[in-house]
Amino acid sequence: MNIVILVKLVPDLVEELTIDSSGVALDTAWLRLIINEFDDHAIEQGILLKERGGGQVTVVAPDIEGVDDVLFTAAAKGADRLIKVKGDFTGVNNHALARAFTAVVKELQPDLMLTGVQANNDLDGSVGPLLAGCLEMPYVGYISGVSLNEGKSKVRKEYPGGLIAEMDVTLPAVLGIQAAEQPPRYVAVSKVRQMMKTSTIEERTVSGLDMVGGPTIGRMFKTEAGQHATMLTGSPDEVAAKLVGIFKELGVL
Amino acid sequence: MSQDIYVVIEHLRGQVSEISFVMLAGARDLVKGLGGNVVAVLLGHDAQGLAGNLAADKVLYFDHPALAEFTSDAYQKVLIGLISKDQPRVILFGSTSIGTDMASTLSIKLGLPMVSSCRSFSAGGKFVSQICGGKIMVEGDLPGPTALVTMVPGGYKAEQGQSAQSPAITLVDVPALESLRVTLANYIEPEAGDVDIAKEPVLVSVGRGIQNQDNIVLAEELAKALGGVVSGSRPVIDQGWLATSRLVGKSGKSVKPKVYLAFGISGAPEHVEGITNSDTIIAINTDPAAPIFGVAKYGSEIDLFDLIEVLTEKVKQSKGG
Repeated sequence: MNIVILVKLVPDLVEELTIDSSGVALDTAWLRLIINEFDDHAIEQGILLKERGGGQVTVVAPDIEGVDDVLFTAAAKGADRLIKVKGDFTGVNNHALARAFTAVVKELQPDLMLTGVQANNDLDGSVGPLLAGCLEMPYVGYISGVSLNEGKSKVRKEYPGGLIAEMDVTLPAVLGIQAAEQPPRYVAVSKVRQMMKTSTIEERTVSGLDMVGGPTIGRMFKTEAGQHATMLTGSPDEVAAKLVGIFKELGVL
Repeated sequence: MSQDIYVVIEHLRGQVSEISFVMLAGARDLVKGLGGNVVAVLLGHDAQGLAGNLAADKVLYFDHPALAEFTSDAYQKVLIGLISKDQPRVILFGSTSIGTDMASTLSIKLGLPMVSSCRSFSAGGKFVSQICGGKIMVEGDLPGPTALVTMVPGGYKAEQGQSAQSPAITLVDVPALESLRVTLANYIEPEAGDVDIAKEPVLVSVGRGIQNQDNIVLAEELAKALGGVVSGSRPVIDQGWLATSRLVGKSGKSVKPKVYLAFGISGAPEHVEGITNSDTIIAINTDPAAPIFGVAKYGSEIDLFDLIEVLTEKVKQSKGG
């Protein structure tokens, strides 16, 4: 089984986000990029499938600052091949990214492609179903479980309220992972460092990233946080006392 | 080409999903500026009854056994034909497990632009979308000639998309639905948990900010003192720190407690979707920009670990007194 996992890097939402002087983009100077958390689940699911049924896991990511760390971490978890897609990905949308991935994936001839079901900066759809469109393959998203059997996959697709649909998907296919069957494994920094010495990142170059298909941003603005909440301040003792007062008022105490 | 706004109606096991009504309300808003009609697109089998209260000018209904329940392959085959032929101005999909399985793929296959996570529309056909976990809003003109749009809840009330009058239904021919590559095998019912969080009067809910499994006990003690239970947001469930039956939000339960206490929960749209029917939301988060403060009635930027044990103690004292 040849499994390819497509990964992208997204803004770390723990950091403060600022909008640049153009007013239509995030200020990249202070932006910390991290692996899309759903892609991390996709890597875990891919490695679980390999551990259960054998095969090869290839992780593909665009060349953005921090990508080497992401790829070597994937290798430390058990990925066999690492591919960095070279090109100017600054401000590139998902349509362009999916087209760039398509060129690389065709050469790899995978049986199964996994990617995170969504990413926090998606504005023109998510990478998985866009890629499926480019490759003329079926796509199913919101997946929290995958089993493989003779050219088919059986997937667990999540619906609201905890309902699961079991679907049969003919391979090759693209699956959008919501959650791997177990939490993404932890790898020690020392193991990642070791991978930096022993594993290789292959490179592929794509030219002319085609952004057609995404919207043009007219204005970007921050959500006004706290516009609704009455903020409680003071020492832990004081805040706790205020909360107890509120609980009494609401009749739960 | 038309100025019509098409809404792909989502339904699951015989029930129209709430997002469908939200989309109809959004479509109603759009036609005010753009003109055209609101057209509901219903795919199903023996499902005319689902069209009854849709606030649409008309319903295009596709009936086929393979459309009885949603699968991306069959739905796409029908929609490719429909969109190519009718070329409406906008087609709305839910930003859901159903809508996102189709919209992006159709964008590529039909060569049409798309916008995701749209919350509302503004005058003159502009979209307003939320990204970065609800922290950043983006506004722009709906691209043309036909825009595929996925919608999140929050901008419109479902009631605005419901009507007492049944819309006219037109039965449309279904294309051949053969050699489908995605088929539904069966549904698996949600695991029955030890408690039903949708029925609890007090929820002490924890998010990523709780940091590790060992800290869950702090929330449990507070919940016990308040006569409630612990629930959580997606990262906590995915880490296995709480059972799936305790998940609040889009893929979990919608809850409606008297008090919803959110500790270390940022308030991503997927989570907020499940808590809007709570009577009172109280949020504790050290990030002043956390979107949870936008929906909470009370909030504090205090570190939850400085507060939670003190609060539990005070609640116990208050009951004792």
